[in-house]
Amino acid sequence: MTEFRSAYAATASGRLGRYGLYALLLLFAAYYLAPLYVMLATSFKPPEEMRESSLFALPRMLQWDTWRMTWSEVCISVNCGGMKPYFANSLAVVLPAVVISTLIGAINGYALTMWPFRGANLLFGLLLFSCFIPFQAVILPLAQLLGAVGMGSSTGWGVMTAYIVYGLGFTTLFFRNYYVTLPRELVKAATIDGAGFFGVFWHILLPISAPIFVVTVIWQFTQIWNDFLFAATLTDGPGQTITVALNNLVKTSQATKRYDVDMAAAVITGLPTLVVYFLAGKYFVRGLTAGAVKG
Amino acid sequence: MAPARRWLQHNLSALIMAPTAAVTLVFVYGFIAWTVYMSFTGSRMMPVYELIGFDAYTRLWQMERWGVSIRNLLIFGGLFMVLNLALGLLLAVLLDQRIRFEGTLRAIFLYPMALSFIVTGTVWKWMLNPGLGLERSVHLLGFTSFKFDWIIDPDYAIYTIVIAGVWQTSGLIMAMFLAALRGVDQDVVKAAYMDGASMPQIYWGIIIPSIRPAFFSAIVVLAHLAVKSFDLVIAMTNGGPGYATDLPSIFMYAMSFQRNNIAVGSATAVMMLCTVMAIVVPYLYSELRPGRRHD
Repeated sequence: MTEFRSAYAATASGRLGRYGLYALLLLFAAYYLAPLYVMLATSFKPPEEMRESSLFALPRMLQWDTWRMTWSEVCISVNCGGMKPYFANSLAVVLPAVVISTLIGAINGYALTMWPFRGANLLFGLLLFSCFIPFQAVILPLAQLLGAVGMGSSTGWGVMTAYIVYGLGFTTLFFRNYYVTLPRELVKAATIDGAGFFGVFWHILLPISAPIFVVTVIWQFTQIWNDFLFAATLTDGPGQTITVALNNLVKTSQATKRYDVDMAAAVITGLPTLVVYFLAGKYFVRGLTAGAVKG
Repeated sequence: MAPARRWLQHNLSALIMAPTAAVTLVFVYGFIAWTVYMSFTGSRMMPVYELIGFDAYTRLWQMERWGVSIRNLLIFGGLFMVLNLALGLLLAVLLDQRIRFEGTLRAIFLYPMALSFIVTGTVWKWMLNPGLGLERSVHLLGFTSFKFDWIIDPDYAIYTIVIAGVWQTSGLIMAMFLAALRGVDQDVVKAAYMDGASMPQIYWGIIIPSIRPAFFSAIVVLAHLAVKSFDLVIAMTNGGPGYATDLPSIFMYAMSFQRNNIAVGSATAVMMLCTVMAIVVPYLYSELRPGRRHD
């Protein structure tokens, strides 16, 4: 393809087209970046500046005070400790859920591909379908059950359970699709040498599984950190996760609406997943497209 | 390998999968069954296990608010899919022109996918704020008659959800199309070029028709995302003004957790599930059929 593209680009209309192409791409880049810029710029503007300047104007000065307030002082309903405790809540729920669901998914994917058993395909199909269900179809009985066993909204255990259970479909899918591309001879050879189920996994598969671990961890972290439906239903008050806290903060009616605080809180909420994305975007994309391309 | 040991190992694999299988059967399929059951009862605030038939469904379809949320889902879903496909394809084709900074541009188009819908909703709500957002920024440029108050206009608010939704997901569709474009058979393209076809003709006549499977995947992903859309609306309009931007997912939540009507909430969830199943099951079936070509 290279040579004709270059040949085409060398013609006069092609050159003109190139400029148009770049102009168009830059325009789109501006459209995608605008909300991120507006979030950041607004968070640094005091309310009076907001009233007299454009949404896209640079802040006159960086007022870090808003950030300090948003992080540790702003009131969200009756709790006035800023976004910090909710950030901590999210971390406390998300990290264990990510680790546990990823490890179980790895073992599942390995069992399904290297030691297939009767019904393995059916089970995988059932797991796969669970990735797509609208959670509205399970949330009522889930809330009832967690409440009944004392893991209701006042503890973090209920929501963590939900994240692990409903994450298994995805984590299993990722590992299964990765391991299915490996030759089964790997396992056969090792078993002849006397390795068992776990021996093969530990010595042969784990050392070559780093990429798929990264993909799965990033996917789960992003999914769970960004969840709202489970968190809104299964956590309350001081135990809320950060997306619920952000939503409550924005919806709180004060005498003077502090949009700079709202935007700083939005940045704080979005920052962890953005950082992960910019550090390991390649793996994030791989997870996204794996979610769409199965088989 | 001795048959006894093989038997043990195969069963070991099944045993390892047993907890996942049990949890999935209870938390996904058992809960769905419970929800279906509840939709045929007269449960209000607490579950009641006496079956009374289709009462919840008939009441549901008599509610004006349900009609609004169905209409909104059709408007939102239709536009969301069409715009996403158009924008995703356009961006993918533009990026496929061997341009500089492709990686950077890809990262810019895709980063919204790493954000929570609550964050996206918060920032778009702020940008679309009639008093202080885009409208005012245009006023400050001198166009004082410019009006853009869709987000508070019951007739237009649903379209603001589309704008934010497309901003967030078009990068994903771009990534899916780009992956497909990179897999197109170059010999056919070469032959067409030698026959004097122009680049646009080649795209329109050869390349785009050959990535039909990617369209299929993208449509399934988008359709099921549209049905599940929830947090974006909560963050932007909270279903308002009034219930002008209600969607089935929000209706379900309101019925179940605010109006204490478990039967109608469950009936709504069942309809959402059936819609998603109608979209996803044929797709998964075609993807998982043995002997499928792996492109």
